[in-house]
Amino acid sequence: MIDTLRLSAEEAYGLVERGEVSTPELHAAYLAAIAERDGELHAYLRTVDDPGGIPIAFKDLVSTRGVETTAGSRILAGYKPVFDATVATRCRDAGMSLLGKTNMDEFAMGSSTENSGFGPTLNPWDPERVPGGSSGGSAAAVAGGLAPWALGSDTGGSVKQPASLCGIVGLRPTYGTVSRYGIVAFASSLDQIGPMTKTVRDNALLYRAIAGRDPCDSTTVELPEPVQIPEAEDLKGLRVGVPKELNEAEGIEPGVKEAVDRTIELCRELGAEVGETSLPRSVEFGLACYYLVAPAEASSNLARYDGVRYGLRVDGADAREMYEKTRDAGFGDEPKRRIMLGAYALSAGYYDAYYGQAQKVRTVIAREHAATFENFDILVSPTSPTVAFKLGEKSENPLAMYLSDVLTIPSNMAGLPGLSIPCGLSDGLPVGFQLIGPQFSENVLFRAGHALERAIGFDVVPGRLQ
Amino acid sequence: MTWEPVIGLEIHVHLKTRTKMFCRCEVEYFVPENSRTCPVCLALPGSLPVPNGKAVEWTIKLGLALGCRIADHAVFHRKNYFYPDNPKAYQISQYDQPLCVEGRLVVPGAEGESEVGIVRAHLEEDAAKNVHMGSAQGRIAGASATLVDFNRAGTPLVEIVTGPDLRSADQARRFLQLLRQTVVELGISDAEMEKGSLRFDVNVSVRPSGSDELRTRTELKNLNSFAFAARAIERETERQIGIYESGGEVEQETLHFDPGSDSAPPLRSKEEAQDYRYFPEPDLVPIEPPAELVDRLRDELPELPGARMQRLAAELDHDLAADLVTSGRDALYERVPGDRRAVANVLMNQFAAAGVHTDAVNPDELGKLIEARSRIPRERLIEALAASGEPNFTAETYLADGLVADTSELEPIVDRILEANPGQVESFRGGKEGLLGFFVGQVMREMQGKADPQVVNELLRAKLSA
Repeated sequence: MIDTLRLSAEEAYGLVERGEVSTPELHAAYLAAIAERDGELHAYLRTVDDPGGIPIAFKDLVSTRGVETTAGSRILAGYKPVFDATVATRCRDAGMSLLGKTNMDEFAMGSSTENSGFGPTLNPWDPERVPGGSSGGSAAAVAGGLAPWALGSDTGGSVKQPASLCGIVGLRPTYGTVSRYGIVAFASSLDQIGPMTKTVRDNALLYRAIAGRDPCDSTTVELPEPVQIPEAEDLKGLRVGVPKELNEAEGIEPGVKEAVDRTIELCRELGAEVGETSLPRSVEFGLACYYLVAPAEASSNLARYDGVRYGLRVDGADAREMYEKTRDAGFGDEPKRRIMLGAYALSAGYYDAYYGQAQKVRTVIAREHAATFENFDILVSPTSPTVAFKLGEKSENPLAMYLSDVLTIPSNMAGLPGLSIPCGLSDGLPVGFQLIGPQFSENVLFRAGHALERAIGFDVVPGRLQ
Repeated sequence: MTWEPVIGLEIHVHLKTRTKMFCRCEVEYFVPENSRTCPVCLALPGSLPVPNGKAVEWTIKLGLALGCRIADHAVFHRKNYFYPDNPKAYQISQYDQPLCVEGRLVVPGAEGESEVGIVRAHLEEDAAKNVHMGSAQGRIAGASATLVDFNRAGTPLVEIVTGPDLRSADQARRFLQLLRQTVVELGISDAEMEKGSLRFDVNVSVRPSGSDELRTRTELKNLNSFAFAARAIERETERQIGIYESGGEVEQETLHFDPGSDSAPPLRSKEEAQDYRYFPEPDLVPIEPPAELVDRLRDELPELPGARMQRLAAELDHDLAADLVTSGRDALYERVPGDRRAVANVLMNQFAAAGVHTDAVNPDELGKLIEARSRIPRERLIEALAASGEPNFTAETYLADGLVADTSELEPIVDRILEANPGQVESFRGGKEGLLGFFVGQVMREMQGKADPQVVNELLRAKLSA
């Protein structure tokens, strides 16, 4: 009997290697769990029959040859890529096979998965609550025992925040270490694919499988050192910085603060040197800067959905009318809102004040982080100011929703890696602990995350499913 | 008041790389529609551009040939607009940081050299081709449907922009011919207007002669030959002068010429305040050409056509020098011995008409033929020139079988003529040297025109002065 709620991917590889379980048996177990629980959770948009490897779920913006890939948008309903994303190929090369495609906020725009064109995903810890987003489907699938692990994508916090809200481990890698080839684009200068897993070791394993230079993506680089699967259980010699703006931001729930403070104390107990630091400008300007850069790039990236070549087409009297009708019918409110914001930020006469200025601020944010890393190896904070919130609680108020990512966005703007691990519960809901490092410091994040994970002893199985 | 035109050009040159600018599809035109496409040039979701290194090198090479400064940091930008032939809804082009800037091309002319500033030369991708169905001549008006052929989508183009430095239609024509020849000799483009691999737009304004103001300009598009462009510039110049002289103002507009008809009035369109929302292409990293590469490409440059024109103009006139160079016959010209003007004239006239490939010609034999051309009957000379590219061609064949130059055969005839005309011989020796022609005529009559007049001349002079 395979316990999909508890089985880690590393354990799954072990079972298969030792011949105790076959990959078709693994797939069957997960498909059975999906049949049992996903009617309620709606983590998946579709499952596939490909039982040749260790199962993995992909967020539905990872192009999969012959398998519908919608990015959560009706404008891409029915679109089947003719090619695999590089990360999909690399997962196959590492012995994995696709279990299914997970739900997401449309074009990764959102923090609750309520913006999906195909209905929301629910949180396995409490089905009245959201799983976070935009990789909410992948997070819920892993937390709910519907996949051993999954790929998500992170632009402003879309891996870290849902990992936090669902009590799993999520990595947003250093920009440029994971190929974006075949990933439906939202904001090209920020998008990164990241592993979503039950354990930090699984996370390192999956990152090792997908990372590295891809000739098809000019923005990728070779990793400066191989990925190490963490083993150490202490934090001796590690300098941990606590940026006060990220830990005292308005809107951080007391229960979240408590769990995070306990974890910071734990860092000390494990041998780390802990000190306070500050990222004043990054936190003050990060969110505003993000909401200029990301929509600007999105307005251009989403312009190709015009009804000419693939996806939805609503006919019109001429090409212009066809574009308008197709895009009006195909996009939900959030992509429309961001396309308008972005087109405005790039307009002649506004470019310098908005997009141009935001890019300059981005440099300021990167420098401020770099300066902090002269004194610290990692920075820590809550991943999300809140635990999982209720469906509908923020969906009518875009600004409140945008604030869900206030703690993840600053380091994303600087292109830095960040790991979220579960660090406890608040009112029975998981709290995420964010570890941020300098560029290419994934090994440090994995090592620290693993040691903390062991010390915390968080039970990844949601209480109601035990 | 007298007026002068102020003319600037924007030239598009198709690079003849084997593959497209941002993907590895082959560049081929006479193949079935949409047979040279891939996820990148069809703009499928998640596809990413990878720049063609050859195209970058060739653009640098062209920039060097045009005396440009090669940027040490060049950036691709996105130019955003919707059109069915523009699959991403943005064209990847260059904007404020092009690859080549601040060059100049010196155009020799009868009135002296003129220097034309090259504002910039940048690299971009071409659009696909819209094919309008169900209307006359494939026009959009009255079409029932538009099909798109993406074979051309993403093929590499260099755009060259000149300063407003040209002052006559003829100068513009000579500039374009020299530029075309330069591009062809660099081996980077066919630059054939009929195939569309060389296209250009012309900006025209007029101003009082000698003034340095720049008045409102109009843009002339769809000019499909140098001669047609020169005519269009002349007409537009006259039109603008007419407007100013009758107290009017020229409006900024674009005039589209119908390539099918010289006489039809151009279609006019107001300059739309099109906002392309340019921003740096986040999917590509800046191009930073290493100094060694630029140096190597500079060393590889051959002697450029402009320089050769200047050199040849010293021994010929400008027009003849320019014709030789732009026809690609100057290399042969330089290898053929003999009177320079005679060689040039034959090459540009009878030889050009014979359509022989210059590489196949033995220059020494051709030199002999040209030297002897006055002694060979016209038809026979044309025959000889047409055969001059054949492997074992010798001028001797045509000289020998054309005219008798053998003195042993001619001498008895010369003697006979002198004996028969003692009075004329006496007069000649008495100083009436004009009688030489009389003796030549007599010999030629005897030989039925088949004597080599030069040999006959020499024989007669020798005997008469004995």
